[in-house]
Amino acid sequence: MPKYLLLKHYRGAPEPHRPVPPMDQWAPEDVEAHIAFQRHVIELLEESGEYVDAQALTPVRTWVRYGGPDAAPVTTDGPHPETSDLVAGWFTIDVESHERAVEVAAYVSSEPGPGGAPLYEWIDVREVMSGAPSDD
Amino acid sequence: MIDEPTRRLDEGALRVLVPRVLAGLVRRGEDFDAAEDALQEALLEALRVWPEHPPRDPRAWLATVATRRLVDARRSDAARQRREEATYAEPPPAATEEGDDTLFLLFCCCHPDLAPPSQVALTLRAVGGLTTREIADAFYVPEATMAQRISRAKRVLAGPPARRLDQPGDLAVVLRVLYLVYTAGHIGPPTRVDLAGEAIRLARQLTLATEEPEARGLLALMLLNHARLRARLDPEGRIVTLDRQNRGLWDTREIAEGVRVLQSALAARRPGRYQIEAAIAALHDDAACAEETDWPQILAWYDDLVALTDDPERQDPAAVLGRAVAVGHVLGAAAGLRETDRLREVLGDRHRWHAVRAHLHELDGDLPAAATAYAEAARRATNVAERDHLVRQAARARAAGR
Repeated sequence: MPKYLLLKHYRGAPEPHRPVPPMDQWAPEDVEAHIAFQRHVIELLEESGEYVDAQALTPVRTWVRYGGPDAAPVTTDGPHPETSDLVAGWFTIDVESHERAVEVAAYVSSEPGPGGAPLYEWIDVREVMSGAPSDD
Repeated sequence: MIDEPTRRLDEGALRVLVPRVLAGLVRRGEDFDAAEDALQEALLEALRVWPEHPPRDPRAWLATVATRRLVDARRSDAARQRREEATYAEPPPAATEEGDDTLFLLFCCCHPDLAPPSQVALTLRAVGGLTTREIADAFYVPEATMAQRISRAKRVLAGPPARRLDQPGDLAVVLRVLYLVYTAGHIGPPTRVDLAGEAIRLARQLTLATEEPEARGLLALMLLNHARLRARLDPEGRIVTLDRQNRGLWDTREIAEGVRVLQSALAARRPGRYQIEAAIAALHDDAACAEETDWPQILAWYDDLVALTDDPERQDPAAVLGRAVAVGHVLGAAAGLRETDRLREVLGDRHRWHAVRAHLHELDGDLPAAATAYAEAARRATNVAERDHLVRQAARARAAGR
């Protein structure tokens, strides 16, 4: 079965379908519902036998490259630190098909936002290259 | 098929024996690294065999199996044959106190040349008697990674350990390592291995082995914090701050034990950071409700804590930050916020600094400022439960301030 990453982005996703303010400006009950939904997704995937992993990333990024022999690594926070693509976290799932991965991603995207209405967040669906021999 | 309770009982009894058997082997002249490996194999064998064939003398069984492994390992190395014979010509070791064994091994595992993660892993395996798999699970790394970390650590320790051990100052490292183990268990999500409970067990053994009041201070600190563990998360896994915890869930027996241990430590009149932090925890535990917290006393202890270092802002910023909260409750939120200003340069990028300022703004009645500071803290959190908690706090303060 193929594995997929369902990536959430702090920024760099397509134009939001539903622009929303930062979470600290939501009503407290909407924040509760949103956080509870994340846990609910994991439980659902565990029940369906498709859950592999879920992780969140802090928004701090350091770009690093080899500095050359006897030199310290070269670091920067990026060419356009305010606008470049930034991953916020992911669910890893192990599913039957690409269609199922898209279905799960759409469900993740239906997470409640302000007012309890769906957030319509863009989810970046990426297939993990398999170590197994390909069957085609 | 053996039922679970019996098996658990066996594991507990088995693990208590690990430091004693290992210390016996090392004292007999075995290399720490090889002896620890051999005992780990014996331990896995015991977990497999004992449920159906419980040994008559578990300690002797472990020592025998571990010794057999050591001999097997050496047989494959002809050059070491002579040493084997020499070892067995030695008289059996005199019986030693269990406490000595624990202390001896803790000094081995918490060697100052090792990085803290290695000290922690080695301590849990060699003194705690946990398997590599259990330690790996507790820290969410693959078993092979943890096995490698342990064997690298042991390579650093290769050679006769006793020579480098028992130097003054090493006990401070041991205490720090045990506190790291405790904190990992206290803050982290629950794992199959109860790290906090394990740290308390090891600290309790340590207090039997040394008169040092800081060891008792550490045990007291762990007990007094652990007593509140059940109230720290609600049934949905959300963090509940101290002032909102259901104090009926606190473990009064653990608090009583912590206070007793702390009193016996303080009686030695050699205060240190763990005793002081335990005293602060005891004052929180002592309040029937948040409003009854004795903040002036807490502030007095923080004054002592901060006075332990020459340059507290740099050497112990956590103590200065904790003191700022106490200042806020005793002298007013504005005074507390001024205290945090001194830490801007050192801690301004850490979530805890922003969270404390948010709390003080809230105490001050400035809810918009509190909301902004909570949001800043959430942005810098490095733990999902804390991040979620801080986002909630931000939204709550924002809504209440409108």
